Amino acid sequence: MTHDNLKAIAALVPQGSRVLDLGCGDGALLAHLQQHKGCTGYGVELDDTNVHACVQRGVNVLQLNLDLGLSVFADQSFDVVLQIDTLQHLRNAETMLRETARVGKTGIVAFPNFGHWPNRLSILQGRMPVTKRLPYQWYDTPNIRVGTFKDFEVLAEKNGLQVTEAFGLQDGQRVDTWPNLMAGTAVFKFQHS
Amino acid sequence: MTVHAQPMIATPQAMHFADALQLQSGSQVRDYTLAYETYGTLNADRSNAVLVCHALNASHHVAGVYEGQDKSEGWWDNMIGPGKPVDTNRFFVIGVNNLGSCFGSTGPMHTHPDTGKVYGADFPVVTVEDWVNAQALLLDRLGITQLAAVLGGSLGGMQALSWTLQYPDRVRHAVVVASAPNLTAENIAFNEVARRAIVTDPDFHGGHVYEHGVVPQRGLRIARMVGHITYLSDDVMNEKFGRELRDAVVGSATGYKYSTQDVEFQIESYLRYQGDKFSEYFDANTYLLITRALDYFDPARTYGGDLSAAFARTAAKFLLVSFTTDWRFSPARSREMVQALLNNQRDVSYAEIDAPHGHDAFLLDDARYMNVVRSYFTRINDELTAGVAA
Repeated sequence: MTHDNLKAIAALVPQGSRVLDLGCGDGALLAHLQQHKGCTGYGVELDDTNVHACVQRGVNVLQLNLDLGLSVFADQSFDVVLQIDTLQHLRNAETMLRETARVGKTGIVAFPNFGHWPNRLSILQGRMPVTKRLPYQWYDTPNIRVGTFKDFEVLAEKNGLQVTEAFGLQDGQRVDTWPNLMAGTAVFKFQHS
Repeated sequence: MTVHAQPMIATPQAMHFADALQLQSGSQVRDYTLAYETYGTLNADRSNAVLVCHALNASHHVAGVYEGQDKSEGWWDNMIGPGKPVDTNRFFVIGVNNLGSCFGSTGPMHTHPDTGKVYGADFPVVTVEDWVNAQALLLDRLGITQLAAVLGGSLGGMQALSWTLQYPDRVRHAVVVASAPNLTAENIAFNEVARRAIVTDPDFHGGHVYEHGVVPQRGLRIARMVGHITYLSDDVMNEKFGRELRDAVVGSATGYKYSTQDVEFQIESYLRYQGDKFSEYFDANTYLLITRALDYFDPARTYGGDLSAAFARTAAKFLLVSFTTDWRFSPARSREMVQALLNNQRDVSYAEIDAPHGHDAFLLDDARYMNVVRSYFTRINDELTAGVAA
């Protein structure tokens, strides 16, 4: 996640929100939200190095495996639940989406958009894409769920989620025109319908 | 990371308390002494104190060595000291020996002021809450109103947790390692096996061992052997000992001795050695008292088992750490505490360290564990220097 993308996503989080950041990485986004938007909350992270980085930053972090669910979190206990570049790593991506909506009043999801034109071009040429946004080879990628901007719209509807904002991010810029084609990252803000 | 070449010198101290301490059981102890040690320097506004609570077989000798005794490192010397994760160049660290122990504080081997006789089995049953109350009195004497942090592992973690419930205003941070909000039935069962081993030893004499001039060493040995098994993981035991036989057995023509009573496997030899060592220095009544304190600890009990309700009174920030292979104080137990803190919107961080060493891991060097604790204490120090604490 680039700094510009981070700021674009932070802009979606209301001032003073209670935030849960699922797959919070090194805690940069949470630290930003704490310092600049008066937010409080927790990150969830599995990786030891990232957990340590969060503690170093003074961000509350919980070392939990998201694939085991969100049972420690109560219903509607957060204003905002973030899943930034997390969804694509989860075996139970759909369950986690429903859980996000259960635990948070608002959910914000960002993930690499497989529909971005360079990816489509690569597939047309018969090869899985290897780009800056998706830098892995098909055989060693941690991105076990590859989906497009449009795919997420369908999944959200299937799970009764009301999308309140949806756009693409490319080079730190918001993309509102043809995001499924023009943006490397898809961003959705949603709530229970 | 600068660790001083010269080991830190520790000096045991004792504080006497004439007034009676009211115990949870309804009885009292009076004219008692608490053994303690301190490391580092208390700052001008007395805000950098860290209390370290000990587990079953440890003491106030947390860190450093005694003058002229190179091998006398404190039991958490890898964690606490100059330049160590809990840095005594920044913090004033206090280790205190609990009542009922056998390492200096008043315990069953001392004289009952009412009778003039050794307490023995008459030493009152003490609880985690009683220990915390006694620790608070020691802090009063040391002029410490509020702790920067309270830190403990296992039973020590229970005391750290209890501090946040009994004295919420006196604790800014609690670091609770490899601990639990109460013991499971299996855990109480292990304690009971250990206690039965001790009380059925013919040398136990109903706990009045001192006047008989004997030590129920057989019972203590077995208690320690059982305990030791539960502190390790199956994997670590297999890696360390596997099915290896002692050298004397390996050399024999038949492969085994075909004896039911000889020590043949390395694991047997190791457990016996641990048991023997323990029975030389540990007190039988203390073992009974401390395991009972473990059994009784259950802060949710008065809230109908609702841990979240019990934690409503906490005000501290928490760091919880567990170890994946610890089956005596499993990660699931730490996650219960995390959940109860989340339900109260408390600041909490939780590290689940994937270490192979079972419950013992909390005393061992694991870079991930040490780094998390180090960074957490660095943040506490940052708060202090930023004046947030005031």
